[in-house]
Amino acid sequence: MECKQQRGTLISELSPYDLALLAGEEGPAAQMAMRILNRMLPVFGVDRFMDISAAHIDSTVYMGVATMEYAERLASLGAKVRVPSTLNVSGVDEHGWQEWKVPAEVAGNAIRQMKAYEAMGFIPTWTCAPYQTDHAPVFGQQIAAGESNVIGYYNSVIGARTERYPDLLDICAAITGRVPAAGLHLDEGRAGTALLRLKGVPRALQEDDAFYPVLGHLLGRKASDGIPVVQGMEVIPNVDQLKAVCAGGASAGAIALFHLIGITPEAPTLEAAFMGKQPQTTMDIGMPELREAYRELSTSQGEKLNMVVLGSPHFSITEFKALALLVEGRKCNADVEFLVTCSRAVKMIAEHVGLLKPIEAFGARITVDTCPLTSPMLPERIKHLMTNSAKYAYYSPGLLNVDVTYGRLSDCVESAVQGHIQREEGLWLA
Amino acid sequence: MARVIQGKTIIEGVAKGIALASSEPVSFWGGYDQVTGEIIDRRHPLSGQIAAGRMLVLPYTRGSSTSTAILLESVRAGVAPAGLVTDRADVFLALASVVAAEMYETGFPMVAIDRTSFDSIQTGDTVEIDAMGRVLVG
Repeated sequence: MECKQQRGTLISELSPYDLALLAGEEGPAAQMAMRILNRMLPVFGVDRFMDISAAHIDSTVYMGVATMEYAERLASLGAKVRVPSTLNVSGVDEHGWQEWKVPAEVAGNAIRQMKAYEAMGFIPTWTCAPYQTDHAPVFGQQIAAGESNVIGYYNSVIGARTERYPDLLDICAAITGRVPAAGLHLDEGRAGTALLRLKGVPRALQEDDAFYPVLGHLLGRKASDGIPVVQGMEVIPNVDQLKAVCAGGASAGAIALFHLIGITPEAPTLEAAFMGKQPQTTMDIGMPELREAYRELSTSQGEKLNMVVLGSPHFSITEFKALALLVEGRKCNADVEFLVTCSRAVKMIAEHVGLLKPIEAFGARITVDTCPLTSPMLPERIKHLMTNSAKYAYYSPGLLNVDVTYGRLSDCVESAVQGHIQREEGLWLA
Repeated sequence: MARVIQGKTIIEGVAKGIALASSEPVSFWGGYDQVTGEIIDRRHPLSGQIAAGRMLVLPYTRGSSTSTAILLESVRAGVAPAGLVTDRADVFLALASVVAAEMYETGFPMVAIDRTSFDSIQTGDTVEIDAMGRVLVG
């Protein structure tokens, strides 16, 4: 039996399960979650729901009393997740916030919100790089993910399927196990829309870590909310480089899926990436476009530096290894803060394999569960930031009211040692 | 005389106010101050403008998944836009109004209109969303 509900010109077809949820047969929390999903169904432009088998929840980010009240409302109604679900970052480092300038009231509320989500049965990963934990999805898996870089990574790098879910809706999907059968969940929603042909981009630059955040930023700028397809990559990026593309594309634009021909799983060929259709737009990307994107990631040309911040998305164990090699035996300038953000799990592994020791001896600090963009942790004096992350670079000026300079990991370390910004820019100027 | 644009209702309701318009999408997270209602994306053309109580005319939201949460916070704090006019059915913006209705029995209306009409609305125009899903530009 299916129910048809008329709304404007769209008639929704709800399954018996959906109707049972709406009727409150699975409890008031599932009822509320389904009520919200059901109101959103026509906004997605479709008439039915489909099953998911996992979720990643970005509603965990503490933005104020409303996000806390929402989590506590659901938890108090007895919400439980129906599918295995990981948690994105929260508003504080639960056990380390006192080391920073987090107001006690914010910390208290953010921890209340964390507890509400943990009570619903989530896997408390507390990370924006869940794909670098034990809980990554598999190719083709239908999931509901919040957090823009995670959406990009799951779709593009893994080939799992998620729409761009906003905070507050991802949790409804996790509680009900249902999402609108729309967009990137469907075969036809995954074809490329824009072809970007790399022309005259030196292999040496493509091999450099600094290339990938810039490429992501450029995808966001050029393809906006479309599905960009990149042709002409000469090297196979590693997973950390791919995650940097995801974060850049989802900050400067709304990129939820991109294809790199010959590299990402749904793009063995140009034809496969576009599913036999013609690109809506085609453009050549050369050094002038890349240089412009590179420059856009910095808001300051000055030399002043108060803080280096790394780990958006959260640092991986391989990134810790690269950092440890760069800082071994060196000392961060006394006037410069050096912060790495990562998940609890990655921090623990880094500690166990001896990577944290040289990093902490250098003068760096580690924050888990969150990052400076989602936790009000930075001291007032921090006005000049440096980062190797396109996402930190994009959001810091607005969210933290600071200048930002983008540079590769080794530039960040060198600048931190010298106490002022220093960048090796030869590859960009070539 | 007011121009009448027939839109598609995304969120029901009526609202009227002075337009704040841009063809550039905005990310509410990092782009909207939930305490003051100021647009704080320093790379955005509307940077520095206060959107609280205004009719916000934007094509869609860009970037972060957290935009919805920011908009919900701004509804709770009383500094949300009065209404939204977009050129597409933006899930992120619509959800904030749906959840605000669920949590606080309030919200804002939202209408999507065709791109040509969308481009014709300028900052400073008086814009009204009526119960028929029409956008009246005066």
